[in-house]
Amino acid sequence: MNVTDLTFLALCLPFLGALAAPFLTRMLGHNAAWVLALIPAAIFVHFAGFAAGIAEGTAVTGGYTWVPSFDVRFSWLIDGLSLSFILLISGIGALIVLYAGGYLKGHPHQGRFFSFLLMFMGSMLGLVASDSFLMLFVFWELTSITSFLLIGFDHHREAARRAAFQALVVTGGGGLFLLAGLIVLWNISGVTQFSALASLGPMVKASPLYLAALLLVLGGAFTKSAQFPFHFWLPNAMEAPTPVSAYLHSATMVKAGVYLLMRLNPVLGGTPEWQLILPVFGAATLVIGALLAVRQTDLKLMLAYTTMSSLGLLVMLTGFGAPYAIEAAVLYLVAHSLFKGALFMVAGIIDHETGTRDVTRLGGLRSAMPLTFAIALAAAISMGGLPPFFGFLAKEEVYAALSSSDLRSIVFAVLAIIGNALMFAIAFAVALKPFVGKPVPTPRHAHEAPILLWLGPAVLALAGLAAAVLSGTVHAMISTPMASAIAGVPRVVAISLVPHIGVPLALSALTVVVGIALYIGLARVRAGVASALAWIGWGPDRGFDQAISGLVRLSFAITRRLQNGRLDSYMTMTFVAIAVVLLVPPFVFGELALAPVFPSIPLHELAIMIIAVIGLFAVVLAKDRLTAIVSLGIQGFSVAVIFLLYGAPDLAFTQFMIETLAVVILALVMTRLRLSPSDHRPFRQTLPDAAIALACGLGAGLLLLKVTQVPFDTALSDFFAQYSKTIAHGANIVNVIIVDFRGTDTLGEIAVVMIAGLAILSLVRLRAGSLRRIADNDPDAEEAGR
Amino acid sequence: MKSLIFRTITPVIVSVMVLFSIFVLLRGHNEPGGGFIGGLIAVAALSIYGIAFGVETVRRAIVFHPLSIAGAGLLLATLAGLLSMVFQVPFMTGLWVYPVVLGEEIPLSSVMAFDIGVYLVVVGAVTSIALSLEERGED
Repeated sequence: MNVTDLTFLALCLPFLGALAAPFLTRMLGHNAAWVLALIPAAIFVHFAGFAAGIAEGTAVTGGYTWVPSFDVRFSWLIDGLSLSFILLISGIGALIVLYAGGYLKGHPHQGRFFSFLLMFMGSMLGLVASDSFLMLFVFWELTSITSFLLIGFDHHREAARRAAFQALVVTGGGGLFLLAGLIVLWNISGVTQFSALASLGPMVKASPLYLAALLLVLGGAFTKSAQFPFHFWLPNAMEAPTPVSAYLHSATMVKAGVYLLMRLNPVLGGTPEWQLILPVFGAATLVIGALLAVRQTDLKLMLAYTTMSSLGLLVMLTGFGAPYAIEAAVLYLVAHSLFKGALFMVAGIIDHETGTRDVTRLGGLRSAMPLTFAIALAAAISMGGLPPFFGFLAKEEVYAALSSSDLRSIVFAVLAIIGNALMFAIAFAVALKPFVGKPVPTPRHAHEAPILLWLGPAVLALAGLAAAVLSGTVHAMISTPMASAIAGVPRVVAISLVPHIGVPLALSALTVVVGIALYIGLARVRAGVASALAWIGWGPDRGFDQAISGLVRLSFAITRRLQNGRLDSYMTMTFVAIAVVLLVPPFVFGELALAPVFPSIPLHELAIMIIAVIGLFAVVLAKDRLTAIVSLGIQGFSVAVIFLLYGAPDLAFTQFMIETLAVVILALVMTRLRLSPSDHRPFRQTLPDAAIALACGLGAGLLLLKVTQVPFDTALSDFFAQYSKTIAHGANIVNVIIVDFRGTDTLGEIAVVMIAGLAILSLVRLRAGSLRRIADNDPDAEEAGR
Repeated sequence: MKSLIFRTITPVIVSVMVLFSIFVLLRGHNEPGGGFIGGLIAVAALSIYGIAFGVETVRRAIVFHPLSIAGAGLLLATLAGLLSMVFQVPFMTGLWVYPVVLGEEIPLSSVMAFDIGVYLVVVGAVTSIALSLEERGED
């Protein structure tokens, strides 16, 4: 097996694991986690093997042709950027699988959970590995769908279902923007792969479609990465089990938007629009997220809102455009994945072992859970940006990027300090408050977590420490290649734990001082934010509900109007449409038929035509319906005779049979439906009906007349006449066409006949009253009924 | 229907019609006829039978549920089309064999099987509609 096939296998492995997970869990119980964790571990090892080569600047590409006619390939690009993401996804993924083994121990659907989790992992890996646009889009939407499944895992609770639905609508809808954006990029550049697009940046930026491409791509990235005002789905997604929150909604999936921005930075970045939109939305998300986090008392929600602000910081740095900004984004992204994943898992442990995650009802856990306390503290120190953890390096680099003396840098530096200080306070509110002080009685008696639960966060917390101590190696293998890939030109990351006196350190110190002050006065700040929010009273979360219920009302109103359950109105609509289609185009395009030249018609043919016309009048003038049905048969039979006279025996034959059966079936329908024997329509209804009927007849007549007046192309009939006997061994051309030349058509037609038979049978068997009527779906009535 | 004349003549008419429908079906490849027309004739025959003797009698006479007949026809038509794939020619290509039985050459083909499938679908589906409409015992 060569490298290409092995890489393909590595990308498929999570999906294969997802197939096997339920069976493994049935056999091994929660210990299946140990086996399943081998999958991401193997992927980690496989891709880590590329690190040395990529650090030297050679990206790994590979793939297969998918749709050659559209230049679509199933291809991957492993450079510094995607490698870092892949290592985070697979590395943290292995730990999360273990954690989920402990967290959902004994859950009846643990196997299904593993399955969903691995499917997500495969989608996320595919997303960051994709080189081709379409492959990225497919995996992008797959992460939305698997995230939907995971958020709604506990589908018995309405809150979980709503959160899952909301996340799917927002991120899946954003995915459609992304698709449009990628198509625009494809149109501008003519390439379908990121590796080819990277060097075409100047061409894309010069295009008049640049702004459209940018806004569409941002629509995808901002919804996925929960940027204000599309952030509301992320806190709601905390309805998911904690392993999901730790994995999808802090470490990986929500960073997909940031990944996309970083991937497209060489193509779309550096323009005034880019450097305006990204920092403004990023900084707004940073500050708003941190303020909203303060208001929460639920550990997971506090972390969720800080995740939102961290994503804001990343977006802001990606678009900031100053020296060190890209480097800062890289370091912060890695540090955030490590400490936030650990903190989420700690929150899950506290919830799991004490039965609550309300920070005001927790305290004094340090003696009962010393190990968890140590892990939490290590992660919080990294999140607070204190040495000797990786978060410190990241924050120093952030301030290095913002510490210029121009106005723009000062404004964003102030916003960053506010956001970081709030996050500092929350980090310790989550990791310190529950453990110190007097023990508070909790719903469950607190004790230390089992190994499956603490192993994951412990490894992540230690990784935060190791990465800072061994910063030289980490920079060489991860940070420098990743920053170079994002910038599109070689960059070097050099920051280390060695003290460096300067403006960034001073800003850091300021952040810590403000953070400590906020931590001490947290209760007061929380009350302040709460009253401010109460005063505003409306948020995008409520806006989402209003939009959805508006959509339901609109569709209900349209449905009730169009599908009112009255056959006569359906018939009217259908025939009006037919009349319009037949009559309007000939007049608009001047394609009216010329007046026909009447040939001399033999007497017997004339007689038959007169019989047909008499039949028609009999239909219209008939006193009761049965007479009308039989009279319709007269007309049909006359037409069949005309077919016969003009040399179409098959057609005539069929027409005879159809007419016979139509009369029989219509008569049966009449008796079955117990219609009144005569027509009671009032005159004001008969008149429009007659007008529609006349219009349809006139239109069909004009169309036929026109058809006979255009030159007849005999190519097909010549072909059939010539080959019917020689190829298909049949003298009856009509039948040969039906069963041989165009047999596939006939196959489709008889399938339709079959389905129509089924449908009519079920319609006839329906009992009135056993149906759920359209009116039962009225959203307003539903609410009133509750 | 209680007319004695109608009831007496019906079995004769119906058997002739069914026989004729099969005749029309089989001769269709070279002369006017084929599965569609043959099927419709058979439906007409069954409808007459139903009007004379009631739906239950028809259901007993045709043994299978009409929709099962239609389903079998669709399956037969599909298999007749798929048969060509076995012989490495495109889907729905007609295949012919000419076995000699009692000194008489009889041309058989996948096309004929397809046409029989069409016949069965038409008979099954339309009979199902007609019978379900005639059925009034459930009301």
